[in-house]
Amino acid sequence: MSTLTADPVPAGAYNSARRERAAADPASLVPALQELARKVRTSDIRMINRAQLGHIGGDFSVTDILATLYGAVLSVDPLDPAAPERDRFILSKGHSAGALYSTLAHCGFFPLSELNTFAQPLSALNGHPNRVKVPGVETNTGPLGHGFPVAVGHALAAKLQGSSRRTFVVMGDGELQEGSNWEAAMTASHYALENLTAVVDRNRLQQGARTEDTKQLEPLADKWAAFGFEVRTVDGHDITQLLQAFSGSTTGKPVAVIADTIKGKGVSFIEDRVEWHHKVPTAQQVEDALKELNQ
Amino acid sequence: MTTAAVKVPTFDCRKAFAEELIALAREDDRIVAVCNDSVGSSNLTGFRDEFPDRLINVGIAEQDLVGVGAGLANGGMIPFVSAASPFLTGRALEQIKADVAYSRAKVVLCGQSPGMAYGELGPTHHSIEDLSWMRAVADLPIVVPADPAQTRAAVRWAAANDGPSFLRIGRHPVPAVHPEGTEFVPGKAIRLTDGDDLAVVATGTMVSRALEAAEILRAEGIGLRVLNVAYVEPLDTDAVLQAASGTRGVITAEEATTTGGLGAAVATLLAENAPTRMRILGIHREFAPTGSTDFLLDHFGLSTAGIVAAARELA
Ligand SMILES: Cc1ncc(C[n+]2csc(CCOP(=O)(O)OP(=O)(O)O)c2C)c(N)n1
Repeated sequence: MSTLTADPVPAGAYNSARRERAAADPASLVPALQELARKVRTSDIRMINRAQLGHIGGDFSVTDILATLYGAVLSVDPLDPAAPERDRFILSKGHSAGALYSTLAHCGFFPLSELNTFAQPLSALNGHPNRVKVPGVETNTGPLGHGFPVAVGHALAAKLQGSSRRTFVVMGDGELQEGSNWEAAMTASHYALENLTAVVDRNRLQQGARTEDTKQLEPLADKWAAFGFEVRTVDGHDITQLLQAFSGSTTGKPVAVIADTIKGKGVSFIEDRVEWHHKVPTAQQVEDALKELNQ
Repeated sequence: MTTAAVKVPTFDCRKAFAEELIALAREDDRIVAVCNDSVGSSNLTGFRDEFPDRLINVGIAEQDLVGVGAGLANGGMIPFVSAASPFLTGRALEQIKADVAYSRAKVVLCGQSPGMAYGELGPTHHSIEDLSWMRAVADLPIVVPADPAQTRAAVRWAAANDGPSFLRIGRHPVPAVHPEGTEFVPGKAIRLTDGDDLAVVATGTMVSRALEAAEILRAEGIGLRVLNVAYVEPLDTDAVLQAASGTRGVITAEEATTTGGLGAAVATLLAENAPTRMRILGIHREFAPTGSTDFLLDHFGLSTAGIVAAARELA
């Protein structure tokens, strides 16, 4: 079974100086993070077309969040992805594996060429993140409603060990319909896990329809607040706002970031359309999409 | 044998499922479909269009899904509770046990796209444990249709049956092995070929593969008796015992883990009553590598060739 090893880290992709700069002068980092997001989307759509499978809509809604986290917030080392003191990131909406793989590859966790194997026989990269085969992946996701409880466990472990490492988890908004998330939310606030940030990719669409037509989530910010979270609502495609939102708890409570996003963000004919949850772009559509992404 | 140029038409059983459910719903207004954001993947779009009020979508919430189904049943409706099989059976296992089976709630649990149907999506989405999990629950008949005609018959039977049931509805296209309007005898296995060298006890997608294997082996002088065990639970013990006594060995074939599924059921029966040489085809406690459905079925010896190889070994 293939396991992946890292390419040399792309110059400047990862270092603590970058995170310090993110804290001191966030604006200076924005262009680089936007460029990372553009590259992630570009590789992802190519990969999905090649594999004839994937979840482009949810991938593109979460890409700016991933680029911000991996490009400037998380303390992780692609050359030592299992370092005990690393920050933890869990993509609970595991169907967006394409965006995660593409981000990890661009940040040097494994060779970019490996993306060509996505979904191919015996590849390490199947349609959902795999902790055993892919460096940088913290837990196996895909069935919705699993990531948040695992993230709570990571955050608790850090607290018990007196470690300052942080844990981030990204959930889909549709995914919030799983009760396991609200059980985890109660645990997180009961244990005052101020080292935990739960991000909701609020693109207002799920698999079959709009979230509010399927099973209403609003008033979402009030729900998180009632469960004991410090709530921050941001534009999930505005990197400056995201950097601010990921800056840590100010109240000693766990943080919930509601990131308002657009499913399929960046490609006009994919944006905010339910059918693009798991539709596969044709070769021509990939070309059209790349034109828009490269503008 | 058919020549390579003649392609046997194949069918997605979810389509037959959806058509029959709509037909039933026209006849009986107690029929409701309950799903988990899976209107499309459960093929319920047509049902929703015709009966918008009777399609209940609880969102991505499988424990809720089955609990709500049990309540609907106790309230006098006939719910077809439908979701991808790994999540329906895995996430809501306790609801299935306590709210449905033990409570005798007449819920039809419809596990869609089982086995390796979601090939490349990976082991979280492969529904290979569902047969064992459901078999472990008392008072829950399990039906795994082999083709569209049998799917229709199963839907009809489940709606009329006095109690809960689990239907495993395949997504992987299969050829028709039964004529439309096929006779439906609950609890009975169907003997499809008459060979008396070896018996293949197969279910779901494996039935048509067993028939192909029988054809190949006939040319080698090995007669294969193919039993379609759509009713995995309760098992047709007479048919299986007859197959064992009338042949020199029994092969079981299922698109599922062998821990507790059809192979285990047959082995337990034979061990207690008529010890028999066996080969148990399925997935032996292993998470699959990445690959398409067909790639994975071949990988695990669940292809026609895999059945042929097992038969040659046992013959
Ligand atoms: C437990 C479970 N039930 C159902 C599914 C099938 N499924 C995959 S993605 C999806 C929709 C997810 O919507 P959302 O969380 O809003 O993600 P996004 O729109 O950001 O892609 C569903 C229902 C699943 N993966 N897991």
